[in-house]
Amino acid sequence: MSAGHMMACHDCDLLQHIPSVPEGSMALCRRCGALLIKNKPKSFQRSLALLFAAVILFVMFNAFPFLTFKKGGLEHQTHVITGIRQLADQGMEALAALVAINLLIVPGLHLLASLYVLVPVSLNRKAPGMFRVFRYLRLIQPWHMVEIFMLGVLVSLVKLAKMAQIVPGVAVYSLTAFIFIMAAASAAVDPHEVWERWEGPR
Amino acid sequence: MKKDALTARKAGLIACSVCHLLCPAAPPERTAGAAKCPRCGAALHSRKPDSIARTWALVIAACIFYIPANVLPMTTVTSLGMVQSDTIMSGVIYFIQSGSWPIALVIFIASIFVPLVKLFILGYLLVSVQRRSHYRPKDRTRLYLITEAVGRWSMLDIFVVTILVALVNLGALATIQAGPAALHFAAVVVITMVAAMSFDPRLIWDAKEKMHE
Repeated sequence: MSAGHMMACHDCDLLQHIPSVPEGSMALCRRCGALLIKNKPKSFQRSLALLFAAVILFVMFNAFPFLTFKKGGLEHQTHVITGIRQLADQGMEALAALVAINLLIVPGLHLLASLYVLVPVSLNRKAPGMFRVFRYLRLIQPWHMVEIFMLGVLVSLVKLAKMAQIVPGVAVYSLTAFIFIMAAASAAVDPHEVWERWEGPR
Repeated sequence: MKKDALTARKAGLIACSVCHLLCPAAPPERTAGAAKCPRCGAALHSRKPDSIARTWALVIAACIFYIPANVLPMTTVTSLGMVQSDTIMSGVIYFIQSGSWPIALVIFIASIFVPLVKLFILGYLLVSVQRRSHYRPKDRTRLYLITEAVGRWSMLDIFVVTILVALVNLGALATIQAGPAALHFAAVVVITMVAAMSFDPRLIWDAKEKMHE
């Protein structure tokens, strides 16, 4: 990290000099208190290990059975994709697309883009267009809603508890693990550690 | 420090909205074509373009969608020929009556309280910026950051509908269908999220600088 540089606060535009931030500490805006930079120890290795685990979990929660509806002799097994398909069948294609984006497409892209940027960075190399990819990654992040979906699973379980027995499958556990692993992987790296790899316009 | 606070704009610089790189602002006559950040390629703006107008438009659109989202049925249950429709509020009341009030509270907060409060907060921030208010800018910035962070949790009800529709699909015995409110409600959530993103919190601080000029 350089000896220090100028930076404008994203939330109040105050221009200020940031001294070099030692490992384990952070810099806050002088005027509005927003977080500017956080330097975390061993961030890239930790994040990469977690991302590889997340890839496995992503495949698992898509492939294995999700929730099973049991009542008397009746059994109805679902996958994560079942609800999306069902919404589309009921003529709610737009809603099905929105759920698919929040639940499958954005999390999948989030994984791929993170790996595309962090693998070369941790090897001290550069991938073509990696800063652009990293920007897209920042832009799609609010639309990654797997943890909200999980809260939806809890609500649904309570709602259907009186109607039938709902058995959680492997996908439920994989999804839970995926949420925590992704949160840890994102928290491990401060974006500025990636941005600082840039060496100026070519 | 308060009197001579130097912002990037006063210094003739623009901080990239995505990667925070400080770039020299182009001279005014050349700003027609949007400048791009040399590092990440994002369009450079000293302040988000037409922030107030865009945010107002989206807030008003979300207010309109909020009405059908709450009046129309969210789900329709067909069980052995009986048809029952539920709105967001009747779903909350069902949970209170069946004794699971923590779940009732979660749904009430995520589906009714948060979208409404978010619209009020964005409206308040817009009015305060338009009136060049100097009232507690730090707290207003924090209010904005919380509003922006919390909004996505309103998608909860949409996911509940998705799961119910998948699970309760037993032919003539029982099926659950997504109602028209689901689409309107999803629109409210997406539009308020975009509205929060299009508001520029730096406008809150600009009023302060004008005062000292």
